[in-house]
Amino acid sequence: MKAVIAFLLMLVPALVAPTFFAGSARAAPVGDSFSNPAMESRARNLQRQFRCLVCQGESIDESNSPFAADVRHLLRQQIADGQSDRQVQDFLVARYGDFILMKPPVQPDTWLLWLAPFLVLVVGGMVAWVTVKNAASTGG
Amino acid sequence: MTGELGQLALCFALALSLVMAGAGLAGARLDATGARRTANGAAMGLLVFVGLAFGTLTYAFVTSDFSVALVANHSSTLKPLIYKISGVWGNHEGSMLLWVLVLAIYAALVAGLQRGGERLTSAALGVQGLLAAAFILFILFTSNPFLRLDPAPFEGAGLTPLLQDPGLAMHPPMLYAGYVGLSAAFSYAAAALLVGEEAARQQWARAARPFMLIAWIALTCGIALGSWWAYYELGWGGFWFWDPVENASLMPWLVGTALLHSALATERTGAFRTWTLLLAIAGFSLSLIGTFLVRSGVLSSVHSFASDPTRGFFIMVLIALAIGGALALFAWRAPGLQGGAPFETISRETALLLNNVFLVAACACVFVGTLYPLVLDAVNGTKISVGPPYYALTFAPIFFALLLLVPFGPRLGWKRGDLKSAWRSLYPALGLAAVAAVAVLAIISPRTVAATGAFAVAGWLIGASILDVRKRKGARASAFAAALAHAGLGVTLLGVAGTTAWRSEALTVLAPGQIMTVGPYTLRFDGVTREKGPNYIADRAHIALMDDGKVKATLLPEHRLYPTEGQDMNDTAIRTTGLRDLYLALGDDRGQGRFTIRAYVSPLAPLIWLGGLVMALGGCLSLFGRLRVRATEPQASAQALAAE
Repeated sequence: MKAVIAFLLMLVPALVAPTFFAGSARAAPVGDSFSNPAMESRARNLQRQFRCLVCQGESIDESNSPFAADVRHLLRQQIADGQSDRQVQDFLVARYGDFILMKPPVQPDTWLLWLAPFLVLVVGGMVAWVTVKNAASTGG
Repeated sequence: MTGELGQLALCFALALSLVMAGAGLAGARLDATGARRTANGAAMGLLVFVGLAFGTLTYAFVTSDFSVALVANHSSTLKPLIYKISGVWGNHEGSMLLWVLVLAIYAALVAGLQRGGERLTSAALGVQGLLAAAFILFILFTSNPFLRLDPAPFEGAGLTPLLQDPGLAMHPPMLYAGYVGLSAAFSYAAAALLVGEEAARQQWARAARPFMLIAWIALTCGIALGSWWAYYELGWGGFWFWDPVENASLMPWLVGTALLHSALATERTGAFRTWTLLLAIAGFSLSLIGTFLVRSGVLSSVHSFASDPTRGFFIMVLIALAIGGALALFAWRAPGLQGGAPFETISRETALLLNNVFLVAACACVFVGTLYPLVLDAVNGTKISVGPPYYALTFAPIFFALLLLVPFGPRLGWKRGDLKSAWRSLYPALGLAAVAAVAVLAIISPRTVAATGAFAVAGWLIGASILDVRKRKGARASAFAAALAHAGLGVTLLGVAGTTAWRSEALTVLAPGQIMTVGPYTLRFDGVTREKGPNYIADRAHIALMDDGKVKATLLPEHRLYPTEGQDMNDTAIRTTGLRDLYLALGDDRGQGRFTIRAYVSPLAPLIWLGGLVMALGGCLSLFGRLRVRATEPQASAQALAAE
């Protein structure tokens, strides 16, 4: 329920802001690109961090799908409304869930995901150490 | 008629694979020459009949025999011949038949070469026979490619346009040659465990080495081809997406690479004998898991042609039996294995062991990244994506550390190495690394830590390889092969770093006659024409590459519509200098002759795949060098001993 309210609250500026500021001198999404290079590169950077939900493995930056185009549009509107990267991310996560994040969140149920490679490295290193020591001692 | 012939051939193949399994295993247990001869014969027969089945299906595709359901669903008369042929494996059923064909080819090679003696070969054939039987059963019961369609349609449904591409026509056979090549290593490993004889256990790694090498070369080429295809076909200039399906091919490669290195020690000094066996089992297990992931539809993507739960279930049972059986055999027999010769802490053996630790950790990273979302979803319903940022933080540092250590390996002697002299002999490589880093910082902007580091490491790797080749003139082919493969890693790294750090791009809506710039290039859009291909209609953009107001070249990116398949595709235009790609893709129609044009300049991009090619060449050199050495065996090993 909280999520829904948060989602609706976040939707408000997204719906209202464009009408409010239409015609203002602020940079606004022109088609699919900002005229301001700094904003454009920010948008591109952000776009790479969100997944196209209807494709596999493509970010919304790379996908040709209409879904990705919609999310790009939303994201650019958020940027045009002066939202920070963090706010844009929160907005999209509230709307579509963690699945949209290319970088999985670090939370208790993903600790294993983040740590597993390094655990393997450490345990493997220890096993290798013991193996080497054993081989050396049998020799000497 | 052809369909029934193929079906019949496949049934015979099933019978022969069972004979091969039975006779092969019997030949391993007893001193029964008759059983061994039967297994050898069955291996040849298996190849003939699977070849016949495959040939029949190919014939049906080439002649567009739409009374065969598979052909009707996946081909059309309009396709060029090459895509009619590649259409055979551009679908689930056909690709499984290709898998079995490759398995039969390896079985025939195992039987023909008789490496490692009669008993070991026989046992290996027995295991190959079991695998072949399982896969043929899978085809016959869940994925029969020869089912009829009545009435036959007038025209077929065509092949996904994504797959109508020369790169992708070759990609699956390459990958399968790799996946299934690991099955030969797997079979030899299982055979070594089955045959109680100490001699067989000592020889298996040596016997299986050519198969490991062939598999590794094929996997390297297959992955490079797939990545190259993604680069020029998907139209976004990316070359690796950490897509689960790509990961499925990367995991066997990582473990296969670890296996090649570990087997080197096992073969040479008998070290890591149990570990090498386990790696051989793991390599093929990951190939099977990769196949399962791709084919079962658990992961949906271009690659998964079918999502039929029966198939998924069948493959899962197959994997469980193969992996479980092999591991049980391992647990039963491996404790009886003798340890190898002792070695000191600083030695080639330790270096190879470290190589394995890092490669296995890298593989674990890909494994966890690929499967974690599936498991998490099943456990608590949380849906997460594991994308490139995850791998940048986990895989990249682990692999980077491995690359730093690579040059030391070949410089440390077996049993006892001298780290100080190895380090000293690497000074020139260190110099090259420093020069590369400074050059990058001085010449190219923007400056990034990652790219500078990558260039330094690439310089380090390539420098060390050059030293290896220069120092050991007249040395054995294997040293040269290792140097080449390691240099290939450096070359690929240069490409990855260059493209990632300095790619420039421009996305512009242009009307005919308008100019755009991207990186150092100036481009003029000369409008779009409508072209007719053999089985598609294309919007072809004419884009002039300008140089001082003159047209230097014309690039023709296309947007193709395949009416039969009802799908559209990008066909990018790439102009390469060998060191830099200019990459153009045609975007959407904005009306009044205006189109979106996407342009990328990817510095060093070609090096990504060139590096893969260099690695594969290193593998080939090792393979052929070894075959040559084998011919002059006593002399060569005497020399090798003298050299130590």
